[in-house]
This record gives sequence, C-alpha cells and structure tokens, in this order.
Amino acid sequence: MTKDFGADLVGPRSAFKFHRTQPTERISGSAGDVLEDDPVGRLKVFVYELPSKYNKKILQKDPRCLTHMFAAEIYMHRFLLSSPVRTLNPEEADWFYTPVYTTCDLTPNGLPLPFKSPRMMRSAIQLISSNWPYWNRTEGADHFFIEEKAIDRGILPLLQRATLVQTFGQRNHVCLKDGSVIIPPYAPPQKMQAHLIPPSTPRSIFVYFRGLFYDVGNDPEGGYYARGARASVWENFKDNPLFDISTEHPTTYYEDMQRAVFCLCPLGWAPWSPRLVEAVIFGCIPVIIADDIVLPFADAIPWEDIGVFVAEKDVPKLDTILTSIPINEILRKQRLLANPSMKQAMLFPQPAQSRDAFHQILNGLARKLPHDKNVYLNPGEKILNWTAGPVGDLKPW
Amino acid sequence: MKQLTALQQQGRRSNSFRNASSPLDATVDGAIKSPATIFWLILHGLCCLISLVLGFRFSRLVFFLLFSTSSSPSATNIYSALQTTLPSSGAASPPERNVSAAAGGSRVVVGRHGILIRPWPHPDPAEVMKAHGIIERVQTEQRSQYGVKNPRTVIAITPTYVRTFQTPHLTGVMHSLMNVPYDLIWIVVEAGGATNETSSLIAKSGLKNIHIGFGGKMPFLWEDRHKLESRMRLHALRIVREKRLDGIVMFADDSNMHSLELFDEIQNVKWVGAVSVGILVGGSEETELTIVQTDDIGKDEKKSQVPVQGPACNSSNHLVGWHTFNTLPFVERSARYIGDRAFVLPRKLEWAGFVLNSRLVWEDTEDKPVWVKEWEEVGRDDEDVESPLSLVKDTSVVEPLGSCGRKVLLWWLRVEARADSKFPARWIIDPPLEITVPAKRTPWPDAPPELPSSAEKVIIMPENTEKRPTKSGSRKKRSSRSKRKRSAKVLDEHVSARHTGDN
Repeated sequence: MTKDFGADLVGPRSAFKFHRTQPTERISGSAGDVLEDDPVGRLKVFVYELPSKYNKKILQKDPRCLTHMFAAEIYMHRFLLSSPVRTLNPEEADWFYTPVYTTCDLTPNGLPLPFKSPRMMRSAIQLISSNWPYWNRTEGADHFFIEEKAIDRGILPLLQRATLVQTFGQRNHVCLKDGSVIIPPYAPPQKMQAHLIPPSTPRSIFVYFRGLFYDVGNDPEGGYYARGARASVWENFKDNPLFDISTEHPTTYYEDMQRAVFCLCPLGWAPWSPRLVEAVIFGCIPVIIADDIVLPFADAIPWEDIGVFVAEKDVPKLDTILTSIPINEILRKQRLLANPSMKQAMLFPQPAQSRDAFHQILNGLARKLPHDKNVYLNPGEKILNWTAGPVGDLKPW
Repeated sequence: MKQLTALQQQGRRSNSFRNASSPLDATVDGAIKSPATIFWLILHGLCCLISLVLGFRFSRLVFFLLFSTSSSPSATNIYSALQTTLPSSGAASPPERNVSAAAGGSRVVVGRHGILIRPWPHPDPAEVMKAHGIIERVQTEQRSQYGVKNPRTVIAITPTYVRTFQTPHLTGVMHSLMNVPYDLIWIVVEAGGATNETSSLIAKSGLKNIHIGFGGKMPFLWEDRHKLESRMRLHALRIVREKRLDGIVMFADDSNMHSLELFDEIQNVKWVGAVSVGILVGGSEETELTIVQTDDIGKDEKKSQVPVQGPACNSSNHLVGWHTFNTLPFVERSARYIGDRAFVLPRKLEWAGFVLNSRLVWEDTEDKPVWVKEWEEVGRDDEDVESPLSLVKDTSVVEPLGSCGRKVLLWWLRVEARADSKFPARWIIDPPLEITVPAKRTPWPDAPPELPSSAEKVIIMPENTEKRPTKSGSRKKRSSRSKRKRSAKVLDEHVSARHTGDN
C-alpha cells in the first residue's frame, strides 16, 4: 500500500467536509482498491413495484423507522428508485430488488420486533412469484433483499438462494447467509456532521466507551449480555485512568470520540453496533471485541489494518494489548481512517453521494456478477420448499 | 431481538427451575408424605431462604459443585467465582448451548459466560507511561498535520538586570519559552553588563541563547528605565541584523506572562504584526481605564474600561486604529521610581505587543517592503524609540493578529522590589542564616549574642517566642493589594537584626 500524501480523492460536493490536508493511505481490501469503483454501468437493478402496504404504509405508521439502526432498507429503496443503475426493463436486469420494510416494526422503546417479518417476506415473495416470471426463473438466485436484523430461527427457507444484504455479521450463525453483503448499521450523517470539531484538537483520551456494561433489564446477573465481555471490561478497567468508560449519555459523545485515540466497540446482544461507524467517521481507532464478527464490506475494506481485534478471552489484558501496539502501527491506522473514501463508505447520506454505502452495496452486488449459468432453472424445476418453516410463518400476512 | 432472546432465556431459566422442582411436585401430588419428601421440602425451603439472603441462585452453585462439568465456560466460571462476590459467580446448571449444528460448531457458545477478571484489576504504571507516550506522539503528529505548516524560528528578546525580582520573573519567561514547540533563540540583554547570576539562570533552560550586556546600571526612575529598555531592545535587533538571524522577533519582557497560543499565532505574521496585550495594573479603586481611539487626534471617547493595548479592526478585519490607555489621569498616582508602592503604568503601546519578521532589520535584502525605514534612521541620536512602529513609515501595514486583536495573548506587568532590597546571590543561602527564632522546644539562650543591626527594616516577633513558634527568618510584610509591590523578603548574607523583648 503506497502512501499517498494529500491524496485528493475526488469527491464532488461532499456534504461531509473531510479535512484533506492530512496525509492518508489508500485502502486496499482483498478485492483490491474497490472502494472507489463506480457501480454505474456494471450492473442493472430492477425494482419490483409492490403495493404500498409493504413499504410506504408501514413507514407512515411509524416514522421512527427512518432514524433507527436498520433504516438502511428504507433509504436503499429510495436510492435505487432514482439511481442510474435502475432499469425499467426487467429483461436486461442483473439483479431484482423487492422493497419490503420488514424491520419497521418497533416497540415503544424503539427496538425492532422480529415476529411479523417472516410472514411479510413470504407474502411479498408469493406476490412477486405470481406476478412476474423472474422469481421462478431462478428461484430467487438473482434477487436480493435487505434483510436487516436477525431472525433467530434462521433465514427464511424461501430466501435460500437469494442474496441478502445484512447488517448482521456473525460467522457461523444461523442468521448469516453465505455470500451476503454485510453493510454498516445506519448512523445519521447530518447529526455526526454537526458535531465535528477542529482536527487540530489534540487527542487526549486513550480509550473511550459509553454504553451499558450490564443489561439490568434483561440480564441482571451478567454473563449473558455480551457474553460477559462488557462486564469484564468494566470490572477490569473501571478505575484505570486511561479508560474513559461509563454508562452515561453525555451530550458531547461525538466530540469526545474525536478526542480519543481508541474507541471500544464490544459486542452487545449482537456483535455489531453503530459504534463502529461512529469510530470510523471520527477517526478513532475501533477496538473490536467480538469473536466471529463479520464486518461490513469485508472484501473491500481491510479491517485488520484499520482496527484492533481483541478476543473476548483477552479482555482482561486489554490495556497491555493496546499499549504494546507499536506507535507506527497506530499512526498508520489513523492515516487509513482519515481517508475520506473510508468514511464515505460507512455512511448513508441523503441524497446519495459517490462512494457512499449505497454505492458500496452495489459494488458488492456487481462483484458477484455474472451469475453462474446453473442458477437458471429449467422450466418446471423446483428447488425451494414453499411449506418449510414453522406453521406460524405460513399464515398469510 | 434483545427482547426475544431475553424472553427465550427467561423461558429456559424457568424451565430448568421447574425441572429441578418437578420431582418435588410429583411426590407432593401423592397424599403420602414420606420422610424423603419432607427432607426435600425442608432442603428446598432452606435453599430458598439462603438465596433470598445472598441474592442469587444458590441452587446453581450447588449444582455446579455437585455436577461440575469440564466444559470451558465452567472453567472460566471457576476463575470468576473465586475472584468476585458478584452474583455472576457459579456456572449455570446445564449451560444452554445453541450451537448451530449446520455450520459444524462455532467457537462461540451462546449461554451463560463468566466475567473474566484478572487478579489485580488495577492500572500498571509502566503501561500508563507507555500510553502517555502514545498520546504524546499522536498529538505531535496531529500538530504537524493541522498546525503551522512551515514553522519559523522564534527570536525572543528580553531586557533584564540583576535585582530581587529577576529570578521569579525570568524563570516565568524561561518556562514559557521552554514550552514553545518551535525553534527558539533567546536574546537576553542585561543592563550593566552580562553577569554570572543571569547566565547561570538562563543556562538552566537549555535554550539557545545569546547573552549580552549593554550600557550602565538600570536607572532608578521608571521613565528612564523604559527608555533604557527600548535601547536595549534596539541593541538586540542590532545583533539580529549583524548575525542575520532568520525568524520572527518577539519581545518577551521578563516580567510579562505569555500564553502558548501567542507563539502559534505569531507564526502567521508576514512582516509586522500586533497582538492585544492585557495590561495588569494592580487593583485599585480608581483604576478607570479607558479606551481612546487615536485615529482622530484630540478626540477622546471614553468608553468602558478594558485594560488592553492592541490593534483595533473594523468589521471586515482591517486595521483601523489602536486601543491604548489614556494614562494621563493616573500619572500623578503612578509609580515614579522602582520600588515605589504605586502601580506602574505602561507606555502608549508596549513593545511586547509587536512581532517582526527578522528580515526587516537585515541589511541588503531585496524583498524588504518599501515602507520600512532604514536601520540607520531608527534610534539615531539616542531618540527614544517608543515602540516598533517607529521602524515603519506607515503604520497601516501592521497585521493584526489573534483574530484581529480580539484575543489577548499576553499580559504586561511591572512589579519590582525596592531598589535597595538585597537578596542572596543566586538565591542560595550561604553562610547559613542566623537563627532569630529557635524551634519551639529549644531553650532560649540566656544572653542573646550581640548582633549588628542592619539598616533594613526587619520585622520580628517582639514577644516571647515560646508561645508562638514561627519559622526562622523575618516575616514578610504584605501590602493590602496583592499585585502591588511587596517589601522584599530581606535575607542578608550577614545576620538579621533582632529585637527581643528582654533588652
């Protein structure tokens, strides 16, 4: 990876004013320098016209869906409707998109409930398979869905052949499908932009974290939440002056992250969290404590070089680990984080900008092209079992 | 999702509890109460009571001890159980495993995990030091990227002379300059010739310095002192010219206080810059300090008191005038001579508020701007050069720094001891002082030794000192105003006079 001093990666009218005077490094993932690829011209997406009960009406019922972590499905739909990759001719489409807002079912506290989404999805698939021939042509192998959160019982059997664009990334978990495109959780770009502080502010906090250590409501004794890792962080480092950790909700949360060298991103009930996105935007090196996590756009972004990975069993040694990282490594990670294309790839800005997360999703889908010849089934051939799954899922929605 | 898993886990927990108590239920259903059932009932009740008291599931601990498995979660649980009294101890009865069999078993086990705590969960000092080193390095990197791009050398000019207050004043300036993150050359001009006293003091700084003497002794009157200081500064500029020192010249008077932002700000100067100087003239009831706009000569607009000297800008950040003091009303009350108890007033615009590009005083540079006077004209015939503005023909070219004079970056102060006050050379007490007041329990000597009384006023306890022990030495007499002069702590090399009540 060559050092590109003052690399002026052209980002037109970037709503995010990144400070370009800092020397940055090019980001090369295992797929190469793909963060800057432009998906336009590399793939064509056809968007199914579903009745509004699958999308618009749900959003009208609960507008909070636009700001929670899984809001990407809504913004992706809007992005695709006006994107140049969209085609109105399904015959030439490479990928088919079904706009179903399955995560928009929130509790009064704002947490998503997973109960109705299998039935909703199933009903949508029945609709598209009966009104258009493209589902049956491949049994969904060239369709993709934004399936944000985990359904504990596993992926809907009907989606076995489809590609999922998911926030959930945990290896060897029932909810992670092979070949899924993992995306970052949604974090509001305007809010983060509003809290930027001058980059010359010296970073004086060594390790920063704000959040729960014990989930008192659901797991009062500890040991289940975060597999005990967060509680371990608290017990080991609560009186360590290098670790600025607490459960408070300060109003200066974003500003504090910009004054910190390391930001902890431990797992909670799920392995990922918006903290990763926030850490990347604010230039704080993410310390990821989640075994088996799969990070977003893992083939485009070399997370090993950018963040620090700590095994959950090594949490008591966290201070030793962090202080023994050579200083050149740390400076290199900060240079990589300062790269504007890195930050841009984590965001879902409105309106969409080049190289943002929407484009990275399309890049990811484009990298899976062309489809293998044998996804096209012979007429009459059936692979999916339409009656699989719990009985409750088979009820119409 | 959180709630779903929570619900499931609660379900599982209640299941296991029910399982544990099901043998009980089965037997209770039967009408016969065998001794076994009674025993189980009592044991169950006992366990419940213990759980209530301890606050956690006692049954789990029992099961763990009885049926300990060798799976890794329980191994870690032993670790935490030994270390902490938190209710997190005790491995579960069968830890629920939700391994997805499809993927061939993962390393991660869903279920109850122990909370790993190391034996000494406190910071290790070596690591704390390393972390601070890392932070230091990161900040240096930040500074080099977002701070000043091509930092120029700072040339600080300090006129000084040996007197009681020299050490505290000069130490303050020295420490400020030592913290400047740029290259620095310190030119110390000493009135009355360079002395070892001063050079030993400034040698402690480790800074690159040029120590020169100039002229005769520092005069007694403030008026004359100001003039001599100006000449000393010009002499330093002569040095800059002769040696062709390259950088930014700033005037660090030895009693002033400088903020570190000042040094960052002056890097922006092109030729001549001005900053706002806070004027500390000691609290007095009547210090009504007014701003006078000297644009229109003769027109005084008295506005609210702001003790600042510096450039004044209009809304488009162009220099339009200067804030100064109108010191005329205070002149009668101000100090005349060094050591006077009254406050010392500054001149119209102090040297300290200006910075120069050192090339202005070089000879034979092509790109000197046209508005700078020739060096030979300045200070000719010993005329008093009041401020560096005399170096330029047209004062409108001065660049206002510190967001156009809105930020006060340094403070001007003049505090001196009485001119005849004495202090031990280099503040080292040698030979040791005579004890004027012995320690509490020492018996008072019968006959006090004859001591020559010096001309100094030394205030000592007149009474029997057994009752009121104080430190040996004289007591300082504080004036009522903190910023005013204090009478120097007089420590004679000889012996201090003593009055006792006996004589």
